[in-house]
Amino acid sequence: MAPPATAVPADGLPAQPAPRAPQPATGSARAWRLALWLLSRSFSSMLGLALVLFIVTLALLGPWIVPYPADAEGAINLLNKLEPPSAAHWFGTDEVGRDILTRVILGTRVSLLAGLAITLAATAIGAPLGVLAGYSGGRLRETIMRITDMFLSVPGLVLSLAIVAALGPGIGNAVIALIIVWWPGYVRLAESKTLAIKEEPYVEAARVVGASRARILFRHVLPNCLSPLIVKMSMDVGQAILAVASLGFIGLGARPPEPEWGAMISVARTYMPDWWWYAVAPGAFIYVSVLGFNLLGDGLRDILDPRSHRG
Amino acid sequence: MLVYIAKRVALFGLMLFGLVCITFIISNIAPADPAALAAGPDASRSQIEQVRREYGLDRPLPEQFARYVAGLARGDLGRSVSTSRDVTSELLRYFPASLELVLVAMLLGIAIGVPLGMISALHKDGWIDHATRIFAVSGIALPPFWFGLLLQLVFAVQMGWLPTSGRLSLMTIPPEPITGMLLADSLLRGQWSTFAEAASFTVLPAVVLSLPCLASILRVNRAEMVEALRADYVMCARAHGVAPWRIVAVHALRNAMLPTLAIIGLRYGWMMSGTVLVETVFDWPGIGLYAVNSAIASDFKPVMGVTLLIGLNFMIANLVVDLLYGVLDPRLREA
Repeated sequence: MAPPATAVPADGLPAQPAPRAPQPATGSARAWRLALWLLSRSFSSMLGLALVLFIVTLALLGPWIVPYPADAEGAINLLNKLEPPSAAHWFGTDEVGRDILTRVILGTRVSLLAGLAITLAATAIGAPLGVLAGYSGGRLRETIMRITDMFLSVPGLVLSLAIVAALGPGIGNAVIALIIVWWPGYVRLAESKTLAIKEEPYVEAARVVGASRARILFRHVLPNCLSPLIVKMSMDVGQAILAVASLGFIGLGARPPEPEWGAMISVARTYMPDWWWYAVAPGAFIYVSVLGFNLLGDGLRDILDPRSHRG
Repeated sequence: MLVYIAKRVALFGLMLFGLVCITFIISNIAPADPAALAAGPDASRSQIEQVRREYGLDRPLPEQFARYVAGLARGDLGRSVSTSRDVTSELLRYFPASLELVLVAMLLGIAIGVPLGMISALHKDGWIDHATRIFAVSGIALPPFWFGLLLQLVFAVQMGWLPTSGRLSLMTIPPEPITGMLLADSLLRGQWSTFAEAASFTVLPAVVLSLPCLASILRVNRAEMVEALRADYVMCARAHGVAPWRIVAVHALRNAMLPTLAIIGLRYGWMMSGTVLVETVFDWPGIGLYAVNSAIASDFKPVMGVTLLIGLNFMIANLVVDLLYGVLDPRLREA
């Protein structure tokens, strides 16, 4: 068997590696290899993958690799407060003498977990509803889609601000608010994809052989919606991290002693411009993680969903 | 065509109703007792009860909702607890500042995004294309509040070229309001130095606000231009010997502008919400800063007012884009 790499013309549309029917294990391994090879061809996708791996590693290893673990537990060292970057403190120290690098690394876990939680919860709520709306049509679809439209009638940031204002500040409430504003996007996507898939012969065939509605939805329609969903999820983790940081910056997300990037910048802002380095590192980490997830999502889209976006 | 318009307008009405419902629900999920908040921190129990009756907070929810909608229909958004001013008049005071910022940012986004998108489509896969792609992705990934701080640091503090924050310096007397937008007012009144000063205060916040908008205009315009330049009518025009600039600027751009227009409309609404962050960084006295300050003081009425106003702007922009689409692309009228 020729390796899949040579089977694909250099600039042609690659065969879609999305799961079709239950495939033998070797087939899916080949699909994975093909996907990886396609990803490795694009510099920006690889950069995205590298940045995402970097952020995930920091989040996993955080407490064990930080240079000043004591600072994580709220150590106060007023003698070294607001020191500029140096060999001992790469990004300087904050207003109570804590190492900023340490706090930024610890913040990775907070932000990544919040971003993942928002995206996964939004998908878990939105995607099944969207598939159901697209497949069943009629009044059920109308109801689901109109409720979705309601939530899409105002930009997410403002709506989440209003919700957090009502629930009270805090990172938990910020995550809840962002889930509430995030799921409708997945309903839209899953619905439009389902409308297209519904007409495919294999769905008709499944119906003809007497498969139940639930089986058709979960075994045939949902798996075939996966590729655009995965692309959107990858992009959204980044956007959700940014949204959490934005709420933190405004003062409605994580509260300052917590090492959250947005909240750190909001404190750092009061020490501008004399102690400017305070704000640099947390912002750079937000930028790197959002950039990573966006580039990765872009790369995944070119592989998984080549028709939706050319160029 | 009439059916198309009627459908869009009906959808608009439905979404507006939905937005009103959402703001009502949000104000009622608050764990804090609104009557206690309105009565103030040292109010006794009987005073709180009195406020509850006065505001109708002891009535059943459907009745409260009916009152809320009736109030909105009269343009009554309630009263701010912390400043005890009328929310509607506060919004009218702050909105022009935000609108001015958004409009300037939008012009920047169009003026830079469309040509850059065109150029990178013409040089597809060349170094310009890669550079603009990196620029565009950065534009979406940069946290606006952080980018704003960095710009302040470089251009206001280090270089001293531009002011840090606010709309005008304290010494300058603002022009008599006509529109409430300083740039427009100073032009209309012929006060050139005030105009120049207001413009210098607008540059940094407008750049920060426009960056995501610019990035998405650039990307959409590029993708559409690439598509259009590949189309048969372009080849046909080329075979006919139409001048190359004319093919690009007239034939291809016109077709690429439709989706670009849609993204501009969408982005108008998004930028309105972006003011929340940008105005906080630059102390720009608009609705975004008003919403943030009220939210921190857990003063709901202004927050709900801003949510409604931004939602309304967002929906109107979408409606206008939908209708323009119908005018520009006759095929859509069937839908």
